[in-house]
Amino acid sequence: MMQFFKLVARNSLRNRLRSALTVAGIVAAILAFGLLQTIVEAWFAGVDGAVASRLITRNSISFSSPLPRAYEKRIREVDGVRDVTFVTWFGGIYKDAKNFFPQYAVDSASYFRMYPENVVPEDVLREFQHDRRGAIIGRKLANRFGLKPGDVVQLEGTIYPGPWEFVVKGIFDGRDPKIDTTQLFFRWDYLNETLRMRSKAQAEQVGVFVVDVADVNRVAEVSEAIDHTFRNSFAETRTETERAFQIGFMKQTESILISIRVVSFVVIFIILSVMANTMAMTARERLAEYATLKVLGFGPGYVASLILAESVVLALVGAAVAIWLTPLVAAQIAVLTKALFPTLVVSKDTVALQAVAALTVGVLSAVFPMWRASRVNIIEGLRAVG
Amino acid sequence: MRLLLAYSLRNLRTRKITTALTAGGMALVLFVFAAVLMLDSGLKQTLVSTGEDANAIFVRRSAEVEIQSMVDRRQAGIIESQPEVLLGSDGAPVVSKEVVVLIALPRQGSGQTSNIVTRGVGAAVLTLRPKIHIAKGRMFRPGSNEIMIGGALVGRFSGLQEGSTLRFAQRDWQVVGQFDAGGSGFDSEIWGDNAQFMQAFRRDAYSSVVVRLASRAGFNSIKARLESDRRLTVEAKREGVFYEEQSRLMSGFIQILGVTLSVLFSVGAVIGATITMYAAVASRKREIGALRALGFRRSSILVAFLAEAMLLGMVGWVVGLSLASLMMLVKVTTLNWASLSELAFRFVLTPGIVLQSLCFAIVMGFLGGFLPALRASRMKIVDALRAN
Repeated sequence: MMQFFKLVARNSLRNRLRSALTVAGIVAAILAFGLLQTIVEAWFAGVDGAVASRLITRNSISFSSPLPRAYEKRIREVDGVRDVTFVTWFGGIYKDAKNFFPQYAVDSASYFRMYPENVVPEDVLREFQHDRRGAIIGRKLANRFGLKPGDVVQLEGTIYPGPWEFVVKGIFDGRDPKIDTTQLFFRWDYLNETLRMRSKAQAEQVGVFVVDVADVNRVAEVSEAIDHTFRNSFAETRTETERAFQIGFMKQTESILISIRVVSFVVIFIILSVMANTMAMTARERLAEYATLKVLGFGPGYVASLILAESVVLALVGAAVAIWLTPLVAAQIAVLTKALFPTLVVSKDTVALQAVAALTVGVLSAVFPMWRASRVNIIEGLRAVG
Repeated sequence: MRLLLAYSLRNLRTRKITTALTAGGMALVLFVFAAVLMLDSGLKQTLVSTGEDANAIFVRRSAEVEIQSMVDRRQAGIIESQPEVLLGSDGAPVVSKEVVVLIALPRQGSGQTSNIVTRGVGAAVLTLRPKIHIAKGRMFRPGSNEIMIGGALVGRFSGLQEGSTLRFAQRDWQVVGQFDAGGSGFDSEIWGDNAQFMQAFRRDAYSSVVVRLASRAGFNSIKARLESDRRLTVEAKREGVFYEEQSRLMSGFIQILGVTLSVLFSVGAVIGATITMYAAVASRKREIGALRALGFRRSSILVAFLAEAMLLGMVGWVVGLSLASLMMLVKVTTLNWASLSELAFRFVLTPGIVLQSLCFAIVMGFLGGFLPALRASRMKIVDALRAN
């Protein structure tokens, strides 16, 4: 057995340049594969983070149409509802359109109570509730623009025209690294007060209501009851779970996701072609040796397993380097793309997929050379010139 | 030189498996490269062709898309009475005061909903946008609950076709026609009467005002005058520019993603080519020695092996581009991040993409073949001839 591994090791190191190039190719491909998987997962981060007992109530026309603020009271009265808050998408521009990050106008009393995944220190929350122009920003957003408590953030409204100024009261962290901390929250009452003067038609309205249901098993029933309350009113509602709401968003960009998925498998085929080529060439050059081994009495199975082992070793060495590199490169990408991927965490699934992909490439590349080497005719093999 | 090229070509043919595997790897890289560029050009073509350059669109200042914008009736009245606006045969200005609202409709097959643009338009809209014509049925009658739908919507949403009834904004709407907007963004929209839409959606302001200019040059003066008018809070853009800007976010993303992927993937393919060419050089040492002995220069040997590698790249290019051109049959629908509505478009192959991918293929072949070719050209005649 020792002898077998010695042979494999020696064989792998014989043509060092070729082995090194092959491993480098595998590293590049498995790295690319891992990064693409991570990006696809990041896309779904919102869906995974959705809480089962939270419902989103939006205008039945579409989520871009607002709902009257007054609905809050009536939703609260629906049986089974434990808590209600509301969120309005602001869509302002910070200095330049390139600096995009999400901004929401929220109810200072109830919002953070319902989103425990955004961890806000108590004194920050108190200050936020005492200053109408206050804002709370995420850790990543603060780092990106070097913002600290006391700073003034000026946004140019696109939906709500004009300049808007907020004072940073503090910074929130995510409960775990998957939570998006690139957001800015400010007070809805400040927005509303200003709209009453600047643009009356947009006042007293909110984007969506977020509803906390006391009993997870009654989610369907409660959402039906909420929608029933507002049937045939000026603004009919559509209530669905947070998860369904997020998936609805995802589904619309599905074709992009599908193409990224497809492409991430293309890279496996590219590396398969490289690796299979390497193994085919290697085996062709060594036909004479395989014939010699056979003369010495080793069976076709032994010869075949030599090739298989070499191929798998090369693939796995490449995979190991790639798996080690993936989180480092992912962190770099997260920095470079800024707002696009708020959370880019390499999951265990991705690592497992990378290993499986490399192993598959290693095994598949060996198939044809194995078949050829194990069938080599001794006389012919000895005669063969590499 | 000709002899050497023929020699390279023959070599590619004799080592079929290796050639096929190496070129196959390159073909896949080129497929990804070309497909991404085609996607991008399709997106751009769709959005750019949405706007007409002879039209000016007015939206509220700092609104990037129409759903963010509001232009009230008084302001709309001032805009349409400007002297630069073209007058129609009936003497009325060629203007469409539009109200744009997103509605969520269930998609065919799945229960999932997608956002669709509904656009309430003025009666002069077809004069304003001459590229659009009615493909089936007829134009909606002003002041009625009739609507017409863009061609790209048919088949994507359940029960959406000429003759059917659609319910939104608490009213039933009769689909009386289907229009063809030549593959532009309007093809993914529903159009109806603006007064009816404003009432149904409970709006008291338009989203935008689109005017046809009597002359293209009139744009600068109407823009300058209205943007400095203190009664107005609007911004003027050429319609073409307005829609082109909406493609930027998505197009930027596709381009960055595509180029990054292609470069990353090409590393694999280039390494494949290098391995192949090193092996080709190693197994042909004696032949190289013989060629040198016959009087071929080092530079000729270098060129011959480089040519072989680039030929390999070109084989990959032909295969990869053929695969990619099949993508032209695929229709893509996705959410446009700028307007938050669904948009249908196609992969479009342009001569530019053909050329760009050819260059990419040749560069890949060159990079992969350079080191091996250098090694081949540096061999000493005696050593090379002695090799077995």
